[in-house]
Amino acid sequence: MVVADKYEMVCGLEVHVELQTKTKIFCGCTTEFGGEQNTHVCPVCLGMPGALPVLNREVVNYAIKAGLALDCEIAEFSKFDRKNYFYPDLSKNYQTSQFDLPICIKGGLEIEVEGDKKWIGITRAHMEEDAGKLVHSGETITTSNESSVDYNRAGVPLLEIVSEPDMRSIPEVLAYLEKLVQILEYTEVSDCRLEQGSVRFDVNVSLRPIGATTLGTRTETKNLNSFSSVRRCMEYEVARQARVLEAGEKVVQETRTWDEGQGITLSLRSKEEAHDYRYFPEPDLVPLVIDREWVEKIRKTLPELPAARRARLQTLGLSAYDAGVITQAKDMADFFDAALSCGGDAKTLANWVMGDFTRLLNTNQCSVADSPISAKQLAELLTLIDKGTLSGKIAKSVLEQMYSTSKDPSRIVKEKGLAQISDEGALLGIIDGVIAANPQSVEDYRAGKDRAIGFLVGQIMKATKGQANPGLVNQLLKEKLSS
Amino acid sequence: MESLSIGKSVSELHELLVNKNISATELTKAYIDRIQAVDPDLQAYLTVLEDQALTQAAEVDQRIAQGEVLGALEGIPMALKDNMCTEGVRTSCASKMLENFIPPYNATVTDRLRTAGTILLGKVNMDEFAMGSSTENSYFTKTRNPWNLEYVPGGSSGGAAVAVAADEAAFSLGSDTGGSIRQPAAFCGVVGMKPTYGAVSRYGLIAYASSLDQIGPLTKTVRDNALVMNAIAGYDPLDSTSVPQDKPDYTKFLVNDIKGLKIGFPREYFGEGIDPDVARGIQASIQTLINLGAEVAECSLPHTEYAIPAYYLIATAEASSNLARYDGVRYGFRAEADDVLGMFRQTRAEGFGPEVKRRIMLGTYALSSGYYDAYYLKAQKVRTLIKQDFDRAFEKFDILLSPAAPTPAFKFGEKVADPLAMYLSDITTVPINLAGIPAISIPAGFVNGLPIGLQLMGKALDEGTLYRAAYTFEQNTQYHTLKPNLAREVLTCGSR
Repeated sequence: MVVADKYEMVCGLEVHVELQTKTKIFCGCTTEFGGEQNTHVCPVCLGMPGALPVLNREVVNYAIKAGLALDCEIAEFSKFDRKNYFYPDLSKNYQTSQFDLPICIKGGLEIEVEGDKKWIGITRAHMEEDAGKLVHSGETITTSNESSVDYNRAGVPLLEIVSEPDMRSIPEVLAYLEKLVQILEYTEVSDCRLEQGSVRFDVNVSLRPIGATTLGTRTETKNLNSFSSVRRCMEYEVARQARVLEAGEKVVQETRTWDEGQGITLSLRSKEEAHDYRYFPEPDLVPLVIDREWVEKIRKTLPELPAARRARLQTLGLSAYDAGVITQAKDMADFFDAALSCGGDAKTLANWVMGDFTRLLNTNQCSVADSPISAKQLAELLTLIDKGTLSGKIAKSVLEQMYSTSKDPSRIVKEKGLAQISDEGALLGIIDGVIAANPQSVEDYRAGKDRAIGFLVGQIMKATKGQANPGLVNQLLKEKLSS
Repeated sequence: MESLSIGKSVSELHELLVNKNISATELTKAYIDRIQAVDPDLQAYLTVLEDQALTQAAEVDQRIAQGEVLGALEGIPMALKDNMCTEGVRTSCASKMLENFIPPYNATVTDRLRTAGTILLGKVNMDEFAMGSSTENSYFTKTRNPWNLEYVPGGSSGGAAVAVAADEAAFSLGSDTGGSIRQPAAFCGVVGMKPTYGAVSRYGLIAYASSLDQIGPLTKTVRDNALVMNAIAGYDPLDSTSVPQDKPDYTKFLVNDIKGLKIGFPREYFGEGIDPDVARGIQASIQTLINLGAEVAECSLPHTEYAIPAYYLIATAEASSNLARYDGVRYGFRAEADDVLGMFRQTRAEGFGPEVKRRIMLGTYALSSGYYDAYYLKAQKVRTLIKQDFDRAFEKFDILLSPAAPTPAFKFGEKVADPLAMYLSDITTVPINLAGIPAISIPAGFVNGLPIGLQLMGKALDEGTLYRAAYTFEQNTQYHTLKPNLAREVLTCGSR
C-alpha cells in the first residue's frame, strides 16, 4: 500500500483469543461468558493470599491444536512467567503469561488478496490468563464516581498470537485476520465471538519510504475488538503517521488507544513511560514439557483445515469461488459435507446451499448451526428434483416450508400434493385442451413465431398449478404441434 | 490435670488419651490455661481459639467414647504460624495489611491436621510476611524467648518455636524460607524440620518467596516431628510444585543407631561470624556422633559465601511480585485516597512495615529491566552452583552437619538498626533453601543459658536419614529434656 505517494505501510498484529475450555487456565471456575458479577470466581482467580495456580491441561491441548493449525512448531520445553504491573482488574497485580519460551513458535498462514497469494509469518503464540473487567458507574472511567471490578473473566485462558511484520496493506491485514479467525473456528479452540470480546487485536503500524529496507518507527494501538475497528484504526493511523512524516517530524514510538466514537487513536504512553514488566519465571508452576507423543495425539484431532477442504471441494467440480464461499465458515462446510454424504451432485448441492438455503437463513437471521432444515433433508429435496418428482420452482417453495415446519420434503410433497405431473397420458389431455382453446397461438407457432410456444407452456403450467414437468411439457407440446 | 499433661511430648499425650488418663477436653483446657498464664509475658499467640478448640476437643472425646481407634495426632493441641490460612479464622501474617483478613479457605496443612484430629489452639506470631530472623518485625507484638525474656526467640517462626518451647502447644507448624523454622527452633531449644522443597504442600501458605518457602513441624522431640510430618507431607494436586510421590512413614526411621553413617561438616559453616562458644558446642556434638559410631569428616561447599546475596536477590524478587496483590482492592487493609493509583500507594505505604518495604524495593530493583541479568539471573546461576556443591558433597556423605545458627539468641533491638548484620545471621540456613534439600535443627547444648541447635542436612527427599541421625543424637543426649526456667509463679502450674 502506497501512502502519500512515497511511503510503504508495514504492519504486524498481536491477536488475543479466548480459548473455549470449560474451566479457567489455573483453577476450576467456569469460563462461561456473562453471569452475575464475581460469581465465577474462587481464591485462585481472585488472587487470595496463599492460593496457588494449577495449569489446566486442556488449555495446553487447545494451544497445541491451534499451533499445529497455524503451522507452528510446538516447543518441547516451555514455561510460564510473571508479567508484573499494577491494575485493579489484575487480581494478583501480575499476569501469568509466557515470556521467552512460548509454547508455539515459527508458524504462519497463507492469505490471498485480489488473487495474489502471500505467506504471513507467525512469530509465536503463547498461553496466558485474561484479566477481570472494570465496571464503571458512569460512561467512562473519568466521568464515574465509582468503579467496581468483575473477576468472572479473570483467569479465562488466552492464546496470544504474534505475527511477523509481514503485512503491507490494510486488505492484507484484514485477510490475515479473517483467515486466522477461520482457522481458530475450524479447530474449535475458540468460538471467536468478537462481540463478546473473545478476540482482541493489537495493531503495530509503521511507515517507511518505498524501497527502504529498515523499518520505520512504529506505534502499537491496543485492544481493538472488531475487524471494522482494525480497518478504521489503521486508516487513521497510517494517515496520521504520513502527516507527521510529511511535516518533517518523527513518529514517536508509543502505545496508543483507539477511540471508537471519535474514530481516532490517542497516545497512551510513550516508550520512556513504557511499563517495566519485570518478567521472571513463575515459581508457582513447573516448566511445561510436551513430548512428541502428546503433540501427535493432538495432531490426530485436527479437523480438515480450510485450505485442504477448499481444494477437495474443487476436485468435486466446484469453482474456486464456490469452494471458498462454502468453506468460509466451518458450520457451512460441515453442512455441505453432511448433505453431500447423502448422495447427489456436488455442484447442484453447492448452488442450493449458497443460493436458496443461505438466503433463507439470512432472511431469518438464523445460523447454520440453528438451521431447522437438516443436511439430510436438503439432500432429500435435491433427490426429489433429480427423480423428477419436483420441479425446481416447486422445490423452492418446499424448501421454505421445510424451514418453517422442519418436516421432511417428501412429507410436505405428499401432504400438499405437490408432486410433479410426469404422467404423459395426464399431460396430453391437458395439452390437447390448451391447444384447442388457443388456436391463434398454435397458428402463430406454426407460422414460425417460436415465442408462441412459451405462452402455450405457460397456460399448461397454469392449468396444472405449476406441477407439470416442464421438460416433458415442452417435448410433448412440440410433438403435438408438429404432427 | 496440668501437671499430668503440660510438658509432655505428642507421643506421651497420645498414650494419656488412649489410656483415658485425660480427656481431649481436659488436655485442651490445660493448654489454654497455660497460654493464659505464660503468654502475657511471652506473646507467642496472635489469636487464641478457646471456643473452637474446646468444640474440636469435644468431638475427639466423643470418638473416644465411641471406642474409635485414636490416630497419633488425634486430640493433640497445636498452633499454626499466622501465615497458614485457616477458614473463618483471621490469618494476619503479622501485618497491618491483613489485620482483618479472614480466609474463606484452609491451607492444605490446616486441612490435613484437621483430618488428623488435632486441636487448633490458635495462630502464632511471626515476622511480618515471614521476613525477618527475630520476630521483631511483627506488626502486633514482640515474642520473647522463654529462656530469657530479654532475648529474641528467632524468626520468622518465633511464635511457633516459643509456643512449643514454653509448652503453650504440643507442637506447631512454621514456615522456612531461609531458616525461619530452624533458627528459632535452635534459639528456643526445640526440634525444627525444614522438609525438602515440595514435600509439604504450600497451598494456603501466604507466600513470601515461592521457590524457597516450605512448611515444617516444630516439636519437643524428634519422634513428634516425624509424627507430624506423617500427617502433613505428601502430594497435593493444589500445589504444582508438590512432589508427586508417596510419602514414607517417617517414624520407621526412628532407630537409635548411626553406626557407619557418613557425616560431613562443611568447613565454610564453621568460619567467620560463628560464635566460638557455638562452634565449641557443635564440636562436642560431633564428638557425640563419632562416639555413636558415625564417620565424621570435614568437607567443602565452596560457594557458600555467595548464598546470602543470592538468597536476598531471589527471595526479594519473588516477594516483590508475591506481595503486589495487597493493594486494597479485594481484601485486607485499604487506605482512602482520591484515585485508584493513590489508593494503591497509600494502602501499601501504610499497610506494610519497614522490612517488608525494604525487601519489596530490593526485589523490584533486582528484576528491573537493565538489572535483571546482573542480579536476578546471576543469583539463579549461583543457586545452581550451590545445589551442585551439595550434590558433590552427598556423593561422599549421607548427611552434613553445621550449627543451625552462628550465634545463640540475641537481645531485642541488637540487630534492628543493622539489617545487613541480621541478613548475615542466616548464613548457615539459606543455602539449604536455595538447594531445596531438607534440614533439621535439634537441641545441642547451651551457651550462657541460651540453647543452641545442631543442624543436619540431607539429600532431597531423604528426611528419613535426618530423622534417624537426629533421633539417635537425641536418645543419647539430655538437651531436649531441659525446660526454660519461666517465672516462678508461672511454673507453679508444674511442667515437670
